[in-house]
Amino acid sequence: MARGDGRTAFAYLTPALLVLGGLMAYPIYQLVLISLFDYGQEQVSGGAPLVFLGLGNYAELLGDKQFWTVLWQTAGFAGTCVVGTLVVGAALAVLSTRVRPWARTLLFLAALGAWATPAVAGSTIWLFLFDANFGLVNEILGSTGFSWTFDRWTAFGLVAAQVVWCSFPFVMVTLYAGIRAIPQEVIEAAALDGASTVRTARSVMLPLLRPLILVVTIQSIIWDFKVFTQIYVMTSGGGIAGRNLVLNVYAYQQAFAASEYGLGATIGVVMTALLLLITIGYLRALRKSGEEL
Amino acid sequence: MKRPGRLIAELVTVVIAAVVAFPLYWMVLTALKPADEVISADPRPWTLAPTLDSFTRALTVQSFGRYFVNSLVVALIVVVLSLLMSFLAATALTRFRFRGRTTMLIMLLVVQMVPVEALTVPLFFMMRSVGDTLPLFGLNHLGSLVLVHLAFSMPFAIWMLRGFVAAVPVELEEAATLDGASRFRFLWQVLFPLVAPGLVATSVLAFIHAWNDFLFAKTFIISAAENQTLPLALQVFIKPDQNDWGAIMAGSTLMTIPVLVFFVLVQRRLVSGLAGAVKG
Repeated sequence: MARGDGRTAFAYLTPALLVLGGLMAYPIYQLVLISLFDYGQEQVSGGAPLVFLGLGNYAELLGDKQFWTVLWQTAGFAGTCVVGTLVVGAALAVLSTRVRPWARTLLFLAALGAWATPAVAGSTIWLFLFDANFGLVNEILGSTGFSWTFDRWTAFGLVAAQVVWCSFPFVMVTLYAGIRAIPQEVIEAAALDGASTVRTARSVMLPLLRPLILVVTIQSIIWDFKVFTQIYVMTSGGGIAGRNLVLNVYAYQQAFAASEYGLGATIGVVMTALLLLITIGYLRALRKSGEEL
Repeated sequence: MKRPGRLIAELVTVVIAAVVAFPLYWMVLTALKPADEVISADPRPWTLAPTLDSFTRALTVQSFGRYFVNSLVVALIVVVLSLLMSFLAATALTRFRFRGRTTMLIMLLVVQMVPVEALTVPLFFMMRSVGDTLPLFGLNHLGSLVLVHLAFSMPFAIWMLRGFVAAVPVELEEAATLDGASRFRFLWQVLFPLVAPGLVATSVLAFIHAWNDFLFAKTFIISAAENQTLPLALQVFIKPDQNDWGAIMAGSTLMTIPVLVFFVLVQRRLVSGLAGAVKG
């Protein structure tokens, strides 16, 4: 290493470190700090002094029945979206390898369109398709006047369908690229040894694709646990009486609608901790099964 | 594969493609329908009287054009700045060995897992106090959005570019140095063009991230309607009882087109970029 290398490296890193330190590291520290205080409208407006609560906000949150409902809802909703995205994405990736290029191109173009649609636009399109009075879906089903967003489960289902619609293309394209990258000889060798298609898929292709599957799964979990826009737009801020809240929207509502900034920050901390735990747990499980990262 | 099997697979593919594309077709169709057809109780999957009325309404009535420009300005500044900073950082992290390098790489991975939505509260307070000294970067100004999107798109951008920078052989740098090129020249005239595919993929993701943002625009731009961005502007047409669906769909179309064009243009590079990042 030449003299002065360290200094050059540092100079290259400085702009990025400044931005990341100021807008990621410091806010994370602040988030934890705010969660320890009673931070309401009076404190924000500048009049009232800050009251240190310690873990008071956490105790309040954990003792709140609504928090637990929202937590399970978030887990269920995100889990459904992840499974849906992976199943649809993987199935269509396999299907794409079985058809001629013209059909594949058609599917990829459609997927590209869904992928490119901004979350807000996608949400409003789906809302309109399922609109109670003017929506095409009700017209076809002959259920004009039926509100999909009123009931808790149909509302969650509708949002989940929209989320899967706009996130399966990432999984499909990535896995398709992965399948295509498997050398043809490997598959032919398996066939020569008398392996069936299913056997080849399970014992030859799946292990080779595992690192890629790991990446898309983690990405999906991280994305779907933080869905905000779709829930907010499609259920107008979390559904009637907050029936369709997920952690993210709940935190936002507590902080900015109810002016309970301390409580909002607490939910943020809980959410961050959960996501980190999920990711670490998943990575460890994979490492145990002998996977290299 | 046998022929009948493949034909069935192709038929299924076509049907699925149609289903996936249908919401987009419905969006464009609705945007082109005359007002009475949009709110007809008997919606038809075609229109015999296409009109640009909804687009005109979207663009003029609610100064959609202004929001469009705002979104574009924010996204483009984020792309350029995050590209430059991430490129420099990725170069430092791949081509130099220094203390704390591994720690920094791990930190970058961890930071990507932090749900940025959770940081809304501290960032809101931060932008509020920043605004006292630098109004341009405070609440109600586009600068605040540039700052947060810059921070959120960079960890992934650095991580992704790392693979591309590492793929450039060290011999090339030695040769350039022997030929008398300064470090600065090597950086911008040799390395920068060589990692172009990575830069393209990275910039697309940064662009889309900033373009699609709903949460931070909603939180930061509270009272300055003229500094609102597109995703929020769309909400203007959603009213209790009387949504202007034609205008909403016209707005959605206008909002989707730039991303779609971007995607189609860089599609191949994006996929190779994703694959590269996965391998790296």
